[in-house]
Amino acid sequence: MSENSTSELTVGQRFFRELTTGGTALTLLSIVLAMLIGAVLIVVADSDVQETAAYFFSRPSDTLLAIWESASSAYAAMFAGSVIDFDAPSFGESLIPLADTLTYATPLIAAGLAVALAFRAGLLNIGAQGQILIGATLAGLVGFGMDLPAVVHLLFAVLAGFIGGAIWGGIAGFIKAKTGAHEVIVTIMLNHIAALLLAYLLTTQLFRREGQAAPISPFVADSATLPTFFEDSRLNLGLFVALLGAVYSWWLLSRSTMGFRFKAVGHNPHAATTAGISVARSYTAVMFIGGGLAGIAGASQVLGTEGYLSTSIAGELGFDAITVALLGRSSPIGTVAASLLFGALRAGAVTMQAQTGTPIDIVLVVQSLIVLFIAAPPLVRAVFRLKVRAASPMAAEVGGKAA
Amino acid sequence: MRAIAAIGAIALAATACGEPPPASQPGGQDSESDFLSCMVTDEGGVDDKSFNETSWNGLINAYDKGVIAEPKYVEPKSASDYEPNLKNMVRDDCGMIVTVGFNLADATEASAEANPDQKYAIVDHLYVDQETFEPTPIDNVKSLVFNTHEAAFLAGYLAAGHSETGKVATWGGMKIPTVTIFMDGFYDGVQHYNKVKDADVQVLGWDKKSQDGQFVGDFSNSTAAKQLSENLISRGADVVMPVAGPIGESAAVAAKDAGDVSLIWVDTDGYKTLTEYRDILLTSVVKGMDVAVEKAVTATAEGNFSNESFIGTLENEGVSIAPYHAFEDELDAGLKQEVDELRQQITSGELKVQSDAAFSS
Repeated sequence: MSENSTSELTVGQRFFRELTTGGTALTLLSIVLAMLIGAVLIVVADSDVQETAAYFFSRPSDTLLAIWESASSAYAAMFAGSVIDFDAPSFGESLIPLADTLTYATPLIAAGLAVALAFRAGLLNIGAQGQILIGATLAGLVGFGMDLPAVVHLLFAVLAGFIGGAIWGGIAGFIKAKTGAHEVIVTIMLNHIAALLLAYLLTTQLFRREGQAAPISPFVADSATLPTFFEDSRLNLGLFVALLGAVYSWWLLSRSTMGFRFKAVGHNPHAATTAGISVARSYTAVMFIGGGLAGIAGASQVLGTEGYLSTSIAGELGFDAITVALLGRSSPIGTVAASLLFGALRAGAVTMQAQTGTPIDIVLVVQSLIVLFIAAPPLVRAVFRLKVRAASPMAAEVGGKAA
Repeated sequence: MRAIAAIGAIALAATACGEPPPASQPGGQDSESDFLSCMVTDEGGVDDKSFNETSWNGLINAYDKGVIAEPKYVEPKSASDYEPNLKNMVRDDCGMIVTVGFNLADATEASAEANPDQKYAIVDHLYVDQETFEPTPIDNVKSLVFNTHEAAFLAGYLAAGHSETGKVATWGGMKIPTVTIFMDGFYDGVQHYNKVKDADVQVLGWDKKSQDGQFVGDFSNSTAAKQLSENLISRGADVVMPVAGPIGESAAVAAKDAGDVSLIWVDTDGYKTLTEYRDILLTSVVKGMDVAVEKAVTATAEGNFSNESFIGTLENEGVSIAPYHAFEDELDAGLKQEVDELRQQITSGELKVQSDAAFSS
């Protein structure tokens, strides 16, 4: 990267620029299109449709009816599982699905911000997974291993989560800054190290639940548990911690000097160097802060949603976080919105699978398609150095003259 | 994968232009029972060719016999999905909810306490008292666990007797009790052979005393699994027992490539699933999750639920070793005889097989 002259941006840098300047309309259309393709897959995977398709030419009405039934019931179940369930016995309970959506969105917000911030500084943080794991490990250790008074315990446990993630992210940033080793490679390696480290720790006396042979930690103490809001839902204070992270990220990026440096470095590291900004320090700092936010995601999982540490505490969160940051165009508000969408898709998918037997993988396909539609056009343009087509008459004129 | 298969199926079906069924009777078979059974699998799902699939087959078998209505399942994608999955199943009026794997233990316990009238069964977990650590079943949860080390002991003895090189190997997916229990039994079986025959057959990949050995680290990295197998084979092992669910197949590939190496499969009889590797399959350590799940759900459907834990042993045939199939003629008759005698000694209690991961009621 550093060999290039200032005017020649790499494909990666042009991709970042293209990606962060796309419109909201493109995002919304991508979501709609992905949902439509999802409907096709739901229909195709449905056994009733397959049965009726066997005699499609004899009685097409059966097939068409089955198609409508399967697609509409699947999406209806998704809605009931993620927003409002009209079949619930009381009004309060009908809103539980919304709480489920917010529960799923909580760690995505925090971890998504980790990726988004790094993105702004021109770094691809693939390491949110590892940062979540280490954050969860430290938060959990404080949560079940220490005896502290009520409020202090919780604060300390969340802080431990932040520090764990920050150190893990900071290592990647530091190595990138000092040696130039590509952050993608380093963070992927650190993901594996974190996963194996946790798997090992869970076999040790310190982390293993007493009387239990399985690799599961003790439950987090009540004094370190993030309080829940409703009796029937796991939604907890972690949501507000994550939203606080989003507000901080917004402030950092748009109001602080440090955020300005991050963006300058992300925009053009050579120009930033010329302007007297330390690229190395920015890389380390942004990965430290981002890692800390991912660590908060881990803390909210272990102190809130799950209540104990296991090897699957992070699930695929770190990778969904990348998707969410892409979808949110690396802005804090966009990341929050994208997290809510993904939380809803996830909560809805669980209900859809239970009610209609539709494979949950279809929702993963929908999520991936959304990202593909959003990321592909800028990527293609960046690779082939195409101009955005006729956005304004002047651009068209310039394009025409060039041709 | 299922979606892709379905596209193929629908394409085939659409070209077939079959006859429609009579309009009055919609497709689908009538089961004699309306008892709904539901399963929450662990990550991997019902087509994992491993413990989820075997457990699910228990429900399918009960359904085929008309004891229960068509069962349903949900597959969690992460630990965060356990709780909502169970909540959905409770709401769907399942007569019995079967959860698979110790990962679901806490979620199942919480759900069972919140819904005391709901019946549950959990595979691979025994609940213990928080203070005394004595096994303490929950009122509405039946535990189905397996002392697979007893059957693995027989497999270890057989492997030691069959080995030409004097080295046998085992490796695991992850270092968790449900995996290491197989390895413990295998290790002890080999040591027993050494003691009885005054031999010196070595076990590669696992040391029971230090509880340390070779693991891939997950149940999905088949490349690493193959490398691990090749490594053990190149160190001289000519019998390999992978304890790793679906990626165990990598050991079969490595064994076949190497030649003169035979395989011991776990969980199910590999002769049925690993059809390409039948000629190198010495035997399998069978963990009868399907039988246990079928029995539990059948009893519950008939109104005879009990929360008494089921511990699969050689004695109650909850665990066993599969027939030798292709090796039936090749194996020394004396060795087969000795394995049979050992089985009797274990079932009669004369010979005790130990493992830290074993279950007792």
